[in-house]
Amino acid sequence: MATLSLRDVRKSFNATQVLHGIELEVADGELVVIVGASGCGKSTLLRIVAGLETPTSGQVVISNRDVTGLEPADRDIAMVFQNYALYPHMSVFGNMAYGLKIRGLPRAEIEKRVQAAAEILGIGALLERKPKQLSGGQRQRVAMGRAIVREPALFLFDEPLSNLDAKLRVQMRAEIRRLQRRLGVTSLFVTHDQVEAMTLGDRLVVMNAGRPAQVAPPMEIFSRPADTYVAGFIGSPSMNFIPATLEEGGRAARLAEGSAIQFADGPRPGPAGMPLILGLRPEHIEPGDGPDSLPLAVELIEPLGSETVVHGRAPGGLAVTARLPGAFSGAVLPVQLPAGHLHVFDAGSGRRLDP
Amino acid sequence: MEAPPLIRDDALLRATRRRRLVSRVVAHAALILGVLIVAFPIWMTLVGSTHDSGTIGRGEVPLLPGTHAVENYATAWGKGGGVMRTTPASLMLWNSLLMAVLIAVGKIAISILSAYAVVFFRFPGRMAAFWAIFITLMLPVEVRIIPTFQVIVDLNLGNTWAGLVIPLIASATATLLFRQFFLTIPDEFVEAAKIDGAGPLRFLKDVVLPLSLTNIAALFVILFIYGWNQYLWPLLIINDRSMETIVVGLSKMIGRGDSQNDWNTIMATAVLALLPPVLVVALMQRWFVRGLTETEK
Ligand SMILES: Nc1ncnc2c1ncn2[C@@H]1O[C@H](COP(=O)(O)OP(=O)(O)OP(=O)(O)O)[C@@H](O)[C@H]1O
Ligand SMILES: [Mg+2]
Repeated sequence: MATLSLRDVRKSFNATQVLHGIELEVADGELVVIVGASGCGKSTLLRIVAGLETPTSGQVVISNRDVTGLEPADRDIAMVFQNYALYPHMSVFGNMAYGLKIRGLPRAEIEKRVQAAAEILGIGALLERKPKQLSGGQRQRVAMGRAIVREPALFLFDEPLSNLDAKLRVQMRAEIRRLQRRLGVTSLFVTHDQVEAMTLGDRLVVMNAGRPAQVAPPMEIFSRPADTYVAGFIGSPSMNFIPATLEEGGRAARLAEGSAIQFADGPRPGPAGMPLILGLRPEHIEPGDGPDSLPLAVELIEPLGSETVVHGRAPGGLAVTARLPGAFSGAVLPVQLPAGHLHVFDAGSGRRLDP
Repeated sequence: MEAPPLIRDDALLRATRRRRLVSRVVAHAALILGVLIVAFPIWMTLVGSTHDSGTIGRGEVPLLPGTHAVENYATAWGKGGGVMRTTPASLMLWNSLLMAVLIAVGKIAISILSAYAVVFFRFPGRMAAFWAIFITLMLPVEVRIIPTFQVIVDLNLGNTWAGLVIPLIASATATLLFRQFFLTIPDEFVEAAKIDGAGPLRFLKDVVLPLSLTNIAALFVILFIYGWNQYLWPLLIINDRSMETIVVGLSKMIGRGDSQNDWNTIMATAVLALLPPVLVVALMQRWFVRGLTETEK
């Protein structure tokens, strides 16, 4: 049984503040993914949890024990590094056993644990090899094995899959998920890959410049993004953003070029004329002619096989991306903006506006 | 349609072949000349060590081996040579070996520890320490020999192994080399070791030293030869015949003025003095080259 809670964790490197007060509660056995653009402080946060970096202020609490001042070895954690950090001169067995040896476990126990972990990961035949003699995927497994044998309260992963090729990455992703479920170890997983984040996490922390923009389960992040940053970050291709203003009564938004869209789910609070940003995912934009359709001047067509991504421009000059099923060709694509899939954000703060 | 006839410029072909041949001959000639220049004195020494004392004494310069090899080497090894019947080569070889090994091992141990401190720890004055080490590079033994001599004499360390070896051990070169190597060890290893619970000494022993093995071997070769060839310092600090090193002893065997030198014994001793460094290089060549050219990561 292990939980993790971060209480107002802040970190500055000299004058630059990298983390601005992170609050996070991770339940026992939960896998929380920290995702965000490069440089937003994901690794820094993870390293603070590991004890490799000291927070400027705030607390790290693992299973009700304040570990903020403790050494990494005393925190009951295991970490998988991006480049695996396997000791090159030790065999696979040596690498996996090293931490246990230092902790003074009896030889037989070490052997049992390493064998068991190797069994789970399918690297039983490689125990005598040196890391140099392994493929990237095998090294990845050994790094996981080194974490598993410690039987830690908490797994920490810092972009462990980013050195693998695309196919292996998908495979290892599923494997990590399965393993984490099976062992039931509370985990924190850092990635900048939104697909990895969506598929892996019980919950996601979307970080934006050192602040958690939203903490929620993947589907909620996708269907109800808390602000324009999250909305634009999650989903591929990115959500379309359309500037608009709030109509009198809050029941509709008026686009720059004049047409209005009625909100399907109720009125938004706010004064008439308040600047808004409307969000629409490319896959929700429907092709079709009608009285209120937008004719897109097509600029680029990306066929993906089962679907086609069309980049075009609306009459006002606004760039719009649409994802259409099947193939498409043509110079003009008339599209409808379906009110049912509309996300409404306050243009000033970027926050989501709900009815 | 008939294909156009194939053009063969025989003259050009011949010229090219000739040019290649000439350049190959020139290259080999230069190399052979170089080898001769380097090898000739050694050959002279080898040949000289196989004749009786009279041959060289008469001013002859034999180019072919003589017949007195066994007795010359036996004399050099067991009794020593030269007018003054100095220390036997066997003892001097042993002394030199001890000095060279102590210097090499001592230098390596000290430089690893200091480089480890400078690279892996953040402490006040870290850069100052580094620069202090760096500056000593400009002060080799010969430059600081007089104050060092004074210190050693004041400490009553003249004619002792400690007095002979310790001043030569303080070394910046090796520290710098190890520092450069340690800087290439990825931070992740340090962090992984921290998470594994390895303390600083444990990390040094289990990770840093095994990774530095080839560098240590390469440095050992260089430092062994450096120690073996020490002349000035042992000359100053050692008066005791039984502690004489072979490089110093060899030069003492050559008498000054009109005295008749036992050139045959001297040359046999010189050949003996040559062997251990050659042996060390030959035996550790593989490691040596690897240590200088590749890093295992
Ligand atoms: N030791 C350090 N000293 C100074 N600044 C640092 C240090 N480590 C990180 N930073 C800064 O902190 C910010 C966050 O870095 P961090 O490594 O946490 O980013 P990240 O989200 O993991 O990015 P990436 O996805 O590229 O790994 C960056 O702007 C970085 O320049
Ligand atoms: Mg990072």
